[in-house]
Amino acid sequence: MEDLATTATQPARTDPDDAVVVSARDVTRVYGEGETAVHALRGVTLDVERGKLTAIMGPSGSGKSTLMHILAALDRPTTGIVTIAGTQLGELGDTAVTKLRRQHIGFVFQFFNLLPMLTAEENVVLPLRLAGEKPEQPFFDDLMEKVGLQDRRSHRPSELSGGQQQRVAIARALVTRPTVVFADEPTGNLDSKTGGEILELLRASVHDYGQTLVMVTHEARAAAQADRVLFLADGEIVKDLGRADEQELLAAVQETILA
Amino acid sequence: MIRVALRGLAGRKFRAVLTALAIVLGVAMVSGTYVLTDTIDKAFTTIFEESYAGTDAIVTGKGADITFQGASAETPPVPVSLLQTVRGVEGVELATGSIVDALATKILDDEGKAIDTAGAPSLGFGIDVSPELARFNPLNLLEGRWPRGASEVVIDEGTAGRQDYRVGDRIGIATLQPARQFELVGIASYGSVQSLGTATFAVFDIPTAQDLLDREGQFDAISAAARPGVAPEELVAQLKAALPSTVAVQTGTQQAQDDSDEISEFTKFIRYFLLAFGGIALFVGAFVIFNTLSITVAQRTREFATLRTIGASRRQLLGSVIVEALVIGVLASVSGLFLGFALARGLQALFVALELDLPTTSAVYAPRTIVVALLGIVVTLLAGVFPAVRATRVPPIAAVREGATLPHGRLAPYVPYIAAVTVAIAVGLLAWAMFAGDLGTGPRLLGIAVGVLGLFVGVAMLSPKAVPPVARLVGYPSARWGGAAGALARGNALRNPGRTASTAAALMIGLALVTFIAVLSAGMKASNRDAIESQVIADYVVTSQSGFQPFVAAAGDAARSAPEAQLVSDVRSDLARAAGESSYLTGIEAGSITAAYRFHWHRGSDAVLGQLGRDGAIVAKDFAEKHDLELGSPLQVLVPSGERRELVVRGVYEPPPFYPILGTVSVAKSTFDDLYERPRNQFTFVNVPGDPSPEAQAGLERALADFPDAKVQTRAAWIDQQDADFNQFLIMLYVLLALSVIVSLFGMVNTLVLSVFERTRELGMLRAVGMTRRQVRRMIRHESVITALIGAALGLPLGIFLAVLVTRALSQFDVQFSLPVDLLIVFAVVAVIAGVLAAIAPARRASRLRILEALQYE
Repeated sequence: MEDLATTATQPARTDPDDAVVVSARDVTRVYGEGETAVHALRGVTLDVERGKLTAIMGPSGSGKSTLMHILAALDRPTTGIVTIAGTQLGELGDTAVTKLRRQHIGFVFQFFNLLPMLTAEENVVLPLRLAGEKPEQPFFDDLMEKVGLQDRRSHRPSELSGGQQQRVAIARALVTRPTVVFADEPTGNLDSKTGGEILELLRASVHDYGQTLVMVTHEARAAAQADRVLFLADGEIVKDLGRADEQELLAAVQETILA
Repeated sequence: MIRVALRGLAGRKFRAVLTALAIVLGVAMVSGTYVLTDTIDKAFTTIFEESYAGTDAIVTGKGADITFQGASAETPPVPVSLLQTVRGVEGVELATGSIVDALATKILDDEGKAIDTAGAPSLGFGIDVSPELARFNPLNLLEGRWPRGASEVVIDEGTAGRQDYRVGDRIGIATLQPARQFELVGIASYGSVQSLGTATFAVFDIPTAQDLLDREGQFDAISAAARPGVAPEELVAQLKAALPSTVAVQTGTQQAQDDSDEISEFTKFIRYFLLAFGGIALFVGAFVIFNTLSITVAQRTREFATLRTIGASRRQLLGSVIVEALVIGVLASVSGLFLGFALARGLQALFVALELDLPTTSAVYAPRTIVVALLGIVVTLLAGVFPAVRATRVPPIAAVREGATLPHGRLAPYVPYIAAVTVAIAVGLLAWAMFAGDLGTGPRLLGIAVGVLGLFVGVAMLSPKAVPPVARLVGYPSARWGGAAGALARGNALRNPGRTASTAAALMIGLALVTFIAVLSAGMKASNRDAIESQVIADYVVTSQSGFQPFVAAAGDAARSAPEAQLVSDVRSDLARAAGESSYLTGIEAGSITAAYRFHWHRGSDAVLGQLGRDGAIVAKDFAEKHDLELGSPLQVLVPSGERRELVVRGVYEPPPFYPILGTVSVAKSTFDDLYERPRNQFTFVNVPGDPSPEAQAGLERALADFPDAKVQTRAAWIDQQDADFNQFLIMLYVLLALSVIVSLFGMVNTLVLSVFERTRELGMLRAVGMTRRQVRRMIRHESVITALIGAALGLPLGIFLAVLVTRALSQFDVQFSLPVDLLIVFAVVAVIAGVLAAIAPARRASRLRILEALQYE
């Protein structure tokens, strides 16, 4: 981890002039109909800025996961407009959306979601293979080293610890050099020490690669790594903080819950 | 607990139906077979019962009762004068004589060709239709009137319908005399039988029948009815006392019984033949059910553990899985039973398509048919026992563990050894059943069947070990050219080798059997060709239309009249008992046979043929060795008329064992004609000047125009014809085996659906990181194809191995071994297609998963 800062940085693949990579305008999301309808999002407007780590916090049921799913093109808003890397999602077909995800979006999941029959390296390059591409060697080797998997390349997930598995997942998210990486409770399934290492790694990817990263979390400690922290409650953004330390964030959490 | 099991099943309807389908087809095949064969049996019984319904006693000639390879000798006729004697017997109220010939009467189609009855009888009747004798007449006049005089005929309604012949038409009929035109004056049915299958009949008045069928002054049977108060047995006794000992007297009931016994051997054969395929389908179904239940039990580990924590006993868990299997078994067997009723029609249609149409009445649903459907329940339960026992091994703690899996069974470490021992025992049993000398056909077949099934089970148990290397091999094209989806598919196939193996094993069974048949039949065809080519050197061969029945001897004489015929040599053939052994006796023409047939002499030479005289015989070598015959040895033959003749062995030759063209014993044609009432030809060989040509063929056909049952073919065309006939039979086998391949297809669908279900979250991830729907479908499809190819990779070699074994066992018949590479490639392609088909529904399901729901799926 120490040598992260000294390694050459690789720019992300999109137009560097465009400061906003993902934007949402008046996004609502309603599940179900009539009396049983659930309003998960009630008009959210937001810009995700390039090269920043944005954290989304909020109590369960606040709509933070729904927001992330919509920003990541896994779900569609009921109303409102979502633009990813300059492309309006609108009525794009499934294949077009899949290709958009493939090109611009990386994912880190709480439960790692690695394929058990593939080695660490094969898991990492999977998104490239799906697109029919090959990793660029110097970048790929650099990446594997950065995530600390150089000597674990041919291990299978069952032979790796939880932290190592999440490192594989992070490398998988970064390997396509996506416009934005979404991390859904990336430390939720790890002990606190390992979780800390993973957060450092994510932070380092923003710093070193200029990677844009959106992280959904309910841990103040995790959000403290972010450049910007959004608080959601009842499907609305109720607070938008810049860099904050753990104490400030915990206070903000208390505030949102009580409000 | 039972309620939990039933609720669970109801919640998984789609899977339950898929699982049940695996057994439905097998049960349907079994019940369909019973319905069909019972119906055929009933039709035959009806025919015979109605034939003798009004007959109390029947008088026939007393011949030697010779049967060989399913053919039986004709009963000799009795003189017409006997009818007066019978009528004079005190207990006889009425009596009539009739003519029945089962072979010679060929009705012609509108192009003048003899209708091929495909081995079924082509009956010619001479019946006295006087009203007072109606009780003896088994036929039912449907239209028109009975025939009178030399140019009138009545035919069966089936033939009339198929040929579109109507009362008043003039139709051609060939008999022992050349074909001629008759006026169709009526149409009749055989009693109440709905269809005679491919059999035909033509009815003449008695003098005409006697003339046409070469029975001047003779009847084939005399039927008598008793006066009131005289029992049939009493009548038989009286007749026996009054008639010479050269005739046989039986009650009508007895005669009907004898006739149907003979035919029921035949329907029994069809029944067991078809049941074998039903059994195979059930066996494959058992594999599928075993596999499906194993997977569902594994997937429900958590559920079972939870049940254990809230107090369910092992016994209760066992019960719940068994109940599930029972419900599936009952549903499947009941639907299979009813599907079988429909399948019986399908089988019938298959038989019709292959010209093996048999008599039928309205369908017979015997209670036994319903009982055997229970077999489906038993098979399902047996297949469910192992998974059920495994379910009981789930420890309660698994309820709280993430990703808990089933504990291995206690026997798990020994499975490869058990499998190896099973294979060894199975191969041993097969070898013993095939090679042991002193074994009856029943035990032999049973040994082979059990051995083959054991081999399949053993190989299936071993196959998890074989799956990784085989999957890597057959999955190479997928991984190399199938993109990321193909590579993932190969990985998926390798993930759970046991599951992939048992899915593939179900397909393996069908493919192994198909391969076995293809390889064995390729060898048989090659042997047949070689056997004919090493014996027959004639340019042309004249046979009957069916190829295996004999034809009118006069046709041979007609061939002689063709200007193109340079040399004509008849081969007469009929049943005889030689040295106490039933076999075919052939009559050959010493002067010409060597130009048409090549003898491989063991003792003697072509020269002995000229010295056969009245009592000389040549015999096949294996027959000579069996009966210690040397040149000059006496040899007694018994012919169907009951006459015995002392012959002397003049030569011993060695025909190819696969297909000896001539009978075991051959005599001069003149001797043959002396021994048999109505000599018939098996072959007439013809040589033409120069090479065979279309002109020569046309000339021969012209000469034989009056004998429509005679068919002229070049030697090459004759061999091809035999191959074609054999292929027809093979097609039927393939169609019947397709059933078990379809069953294994359900198994593949099942496994894929369950795997997709199990990998829901993973599929969600793949979609999230950029897998398109199309790629998802491709991945599932490749996995399915890889599984199918594993089935082929196991099944094809296994089938070849079985064929090698059987070829060795049949070495005494000189069966060759020949690999039909083209067919094997076709089977591999069929496996790929099966894989693609099996993947359609699961792939669609997988590609339609909603990413978010899938990701949150636990």
